[in-house]
Amino acid sequence: MSESSVEQKSSTPLRGKRILVAKPGLDGHDIGAKVVALALRDAGAEVIYTGLRRSPEFIARVAVDEGVDAVGLSILSGSHCELARQVVDELTRRDAADIALFVGGTIPEGDHALLLELGVRAVFTNDMTLDEAIQTLARELR
Amino acid sequence: MNDSDATGRLRPPQLSQTSASGIEVPVKAGPEDIDLSRIGEPGKYPFTRGIFPDGYRGRLWTIRQYSGFGTPEESNERYRFLLDQGQTGLSVALDLPTQCGYDPVDPMARPEIGKVGVSLSNLSEAEILFRGLDLSAISTSFTINGTAAIIYAMYLAVADKQGVPRAKLTGTIQNDILKEYVARGTWIFPVRPSMRLIADSILYSNAVTPRFNPISIAGAHVRDAGATAAEEMAYTLANGLAYVDELRRRGGDVEKFAQRLSFFFYVHMDFFDEVAKFRAGRRLWAQLMKERYGVSDPKAQMFRFGVVCGGSSLVAAQPFNNVVRVAVETMAAVMGGAQSIFTCAFDEAFQIPTEFSAELAVRTQQMIAYESGIGRSVDPLGGSYLVESHTNRMQGEIERVMREIDDYGGVIKAIEDGWLQMRLAERGLERKRRTDSGETVIVGQNHFRRDDQKNDVGELFHLDPRVSARVIEKYQSVLDARNGAEAKATLDKLAAAAAKDDENLMPYLVDCCHAYATVGEMVATLKAQWGEFQEPVRI
Repeated sequence: MSESSVEQKSSTPLRGKRILVAKPGLDGHDIGAKVVALALRDAGAEVIYTGLRRSPEFIARVAVDEGVDAVGLSILSGSHCELARQVVDELTRRDAADIALFVGGTIPEGDHALLLELGVRAVFTNDMTLDEAIQTLARELR
Repeated sequence: MNDSDATGRLRPPQLSQTSASGIEVPVKAGPEDIDLSRIGEPGKYPFTRGIFPDGYRGRLWTIRQYSGFGTPEESNERYRFLLDQGQTGLSVALDLPTQCGYDPVDPMARPEIGKVGVSLSNLSEAEILFRGLDLSAISTSFTINGTAAIIYAMYLAVADKQGVPRAKLTGTIQNDILKEYVARGTWIFPVRPSMRLIADSILYSNAVTPRFNPISIAGAHVRDAGATAAEEMAYTLANGLAYVDELRRRGGDVEKFAQRLSFFFYVHMDFFDEVAKFRAGRRLWAQLMKERYGVSDPKAQMFRFGVVCGGSSLVAAQPFNNVVRVAVETMAAVMGGAQSIFTCAFDEAFQIPTEFSAELAVRTQQMIAYESGIGRSVDPLGGSYLVESHTNRMQGEIERVMREIDDYGGVIKAIEDGWLQMRLAERGLERKRRTDSGETVIVGQNHFRRDDQKNDVGELFHLDPRVSARVIEKYQSVLDARNGAEAKATLDKLAAAAAKDDENLMPYLVDCCHAYATVGEMVATLKAQWGEFQEPVRI
């Protein structure tokens, strides 16, 4: 942000938020999920990371049991549409559709609209800065 | 053109005083910075200048493009296309269900069928994948780890079916499980039985397919995840030593098996870091083989490696810039003496390459090979004040990181505890923050970016949406057609052999493949004996 910005920005805009960072499906590329988890924690959030190879059913169950404010799915295998849809279904089945869902990873621009239509609140790609991602989350979870 | 980001947030870039690996780089290197006695001759110990005395004159590097998607039919067609364009070796990309050991009908498998590679659940599919390709004439590399022994067994079974003698087979299986636990994630079994399976496949391969590389110890994935060039080499050599120790424990002769160990790395954009990394790694490996294990056969001291150019150094912003990045990286790989090169297509950062982008990636290598002439003379940068001094500094840094791992208790402990994984995650965060701040310059993304710039890739790749249904249908028909009792009998024998510690499992796996037992069945059989890896989540 430009130095001229007069608004004092909190360094922990996600304080008080519980966020589940999840790796659905078989994709093993977890560095993005871990980097985001560490950055969210630095921004004040309480972060739970699922580890690899989790089913949509498992992710929704943990999200509900842990009472999280948001779930972030990290997917780099090209299966983001199918997996996001399954997570949405599983959350809905548990009356937990109010938990904010985010998707990050290798997501072609052409698929963003479809994900948003499914109910995903925002899509994060690698060329976004961590700061942009955190500000977006803070805004969506306000 | 503007020197700063569209938001005006970033200062114009300056040339940093250190390399991407954090190694101090002098404004001017001179004779006082080098020690010619450490360098040696090409083709001679310690191989700083390369493993062959004549460099690429005798034999050019292998042009080997990683490729595979959808069904075996579609991938077979792409392989024929690439071979027609002058590619000299195949590199098979397998889908995640095949890599993680799930059959296509498993609920975990369904969303991933054919996405990041070709689906290969049984011998029938492998026969289709290699239809019309003479396995005695081409070398085939498989990026396969958790199920490497199974896919290798399947390749042997295809060769048997084609009537190709096994001894004639050339190629590589990645078969490097240690880095899967750290950065790539297609582990299946716990560390110790996985190490056994790897030793089984290497020892069997040495005896049955002596021209085949049964392991490619890979640093590429930790590098792409955030490790520096020096750390990439250090982790890889540390893993290499762990495999050597395991093979010796199993009674392998290091003078023999070390001849078939190969390595695999990323090449990113810091040119001299990359050249120095390969020269330093090659020298250090030879020194370790000789000094630690008393290896005397030069072939068993030689550090042979393949590379991939691109990966996370490629970005979605102005994707055509990636063509230039890959060309620079390929030149670094050649200057470093790589045995095989895979150039990523410019759109590979976000989709399966189209035929157009895949061809351009092959052409890039051909231009560097045949137009630039940089490969005419072996190790053309040898003796350069800067390159030799940077090689020495790089080796020092690699050795320092290896000592840290040793001090922790070795790679296997570091992985089982999740220490290495956590360290890598921290590196990934540091790298992301440096890119976000613009300290690491990425042209077109965090610097020199226009508000109205075009980021389209042009042609989009479309995977046929019916792939999944076709794969499942073919899978069912194989199950219906096979002799079920025979398949079950081979799986039972596999289970009995896996329950013992000293039986080599490879012959059993080949029998299973011949009986059309599936990858999922073989993996389930072994899981029942060994359990699954429990990921130490430390975040």
